[in-house]
Amino acid sequence: MRMKVESDPTFQPMGDRCLIIEFESRVDPEINARVRSVARHLLTHPIEGVVDIVPAFTTVAVHYRPEAVRDGPPSESPYRRLCRSIERILAQGIARTDVGARVVEVPVCYGGEFGPDLDEVAVQCHLTPQQVIALHAASPHQVYMLGFAPGFPYLGGLDSRLETSRRSTPRTKVPAGSVAIAREQSAIYSIETPGGWNILGRTPLKLFTPETVPPCLLQPGDNVRFVPISAEQFNAMQQSRA
Amino acid sequence: MSVHVIKPGALSTLQDLGRFGYQRYGVIVDGVMDEWSHRAANILVGNPESEATLEMTLVGPTLRFDDTTLIAICGADLSPRIGEREVPMDRPVLLRADTQLEFGRRRTGCRAYLAINGGYDVAPVMESKSTYLRGGFGGFQGRALRKDDTIAIGRSDATNPYRSLLRMLSANDDPFCAPPFALRPRSVPDATAAQSVRVVSGPQWQRFPDAAQREFLDSEFAITPSSDRMGYRLQGAKLAPREAIEMISEGVSFGTIQVPPDGNPIILMADCQTTGGYPKIAQVASVDLPRLAQMMPGQTVRFELISLDEAQRLYLARQHDFAQVLQSVSQLQQES
Repeated sequence: MRMKVESDPTFQPMGDRCLIIEFESRVDPEINARVRSVARHLLTHPIEGVVDIVPAFTTVAVHYRPEAVRDGPPSESPYRRLCRSIERILAQGIARTDVGARVVEVPVCYGGEFGPDLDEVAVQCHLTPQQVIALHAASPHQVYMLGFAPGFPYLGGLDSRLETSRRSTPRTKVPAGSVAIAREQSAIYSIETPGGWNILGRTPLKLFTPETVPPCLLQPGDNVRFVPISAEQFNAMQQSRA
Repeated sequence: MSVHVIKPGALSTLQDLGRFGYQRYGVIVDGVMDEWSHRAANILVGNPESEATLEMTLVGPTLRFDDTTLIAICGADLSPRIGEREVPMDRPVLLRADTQLEFGRRRTGCRAYLAINGGYDVAPVMESKSTYLRGGFGGFQGRALRKDDTIAIGRSDATNPYRSLLRMLSANDDPFCAPPFALRPRSVPDATAAQSVRVVSGPQWQRFPDAAQREFLDSEFAITPSSDRMGYRLQGAKLAPREAIEMISEGVSFGTIQVPPDGNPIILMADCQTTGGYPKIAQVASVDLPRLAQMMPGQTVRFELISLDEAQRLYLARQHDFAQVLQSVSQLQQES
């Protein structure tokens, strides 16, 4: 088996109350898996003074309260002391604790009023709308991160034949549940927001519920399988939800 | 005990120190724009600093209190009054039952904070009482106050820390009474002069050419009208990066200054997203965020670069100041 050398992450301050741990600056499932493992470790082994851990594609943002960072000599800045604490933790080695084994099926009604950009995407990719649906549903999607809006997942793994550019003029309102693609990724709009991605369809599932713990349907690392459904099935599922 | 909304004001929302611990789910932090005024108001009425206050923007509400209530107003001066009488700011004020608090002309600042002894009795969502307007949750029913709303007031452990105020109120017929002391307001800037805002270089600072770095530090930027709790859009010199920066989205926070492709910087404020994909030229020092929060569209800022060590020194010094304020106020409460 070939040994793979993992490069050391770098630390960067983002102002006086946050720092960013960067692994490598490219979107890649391996790097993202490392990001998730480190974020998970920092969540389960909390450091005094840290108030939020935010994993993204290639980075982990660590938000902290400088006055509450206790480790290290007080002559040093809270930033330096916190960096040292994290370095010590990383040096011990962090096991890959991926929840990636979880597969979440997300039903989608493609096209029509729910997927206003399906036909345009088909033209852009030189495919039929049916082929776009088939390729999207067959792609091995995985949640890289949540961001942009509460419960909004960025999904890697999109079939390269479906790469598109973002819409030149973003929509002012994209309905919650809209399943969309842009460049090499997919996403699901978790709440109604403005947005510039190409909308292929809509899921009747609720992605964000503030009253539940955790408040999100999907977690970083989850594998997502999109399952095409009809408009009748969509309506039935939405009604049973309400 | 409760407070009734007669008029809602322009944008009145319940906010606390923010919804931390949920950003990994994409849940934004929210919270007060001016942390110092919020904390001071809470301290003055004997609440924990983390209790929610009512953040009132530009035009204040009209509120009726059905019971004897201890309040404090800090931050912007929106001419608070009861009947014909001005209500003093930056100190505890004891209101007689069935008193109506109104606001008038804006004199200084942008956001005022109303703390009530006992706090606002709303259910925390994800451990915070902050209102997230776009998400429609938190605070009072996930939205800004409206006419005819009634908000319950919480029961305080130490009912009223100022016994002398109760005696004063029962000694005459005034609608309210207040002690002679006041805190010195900290965050409300002079509206006429360009404000110097201290910043620390951001993660992508080096990727901006010298000319752009110089322009960022040497010129004035105006806060445009399309500025709100999410972000302040600035207009001034256009800041072009060395080459088009292809960014991968990563964490951002309150105070991040990002530069979208059009070159006009945006300062992210309390309602900003959890992650962003624009290069970050700088980050506002936390101690200067309250002053920024009190600035209006049309006012100008000038950025002054300081080291991270210096920013953290300033921040810790400010925390120390607040500990002293808390101590002296609780002393006054005991003596009264």
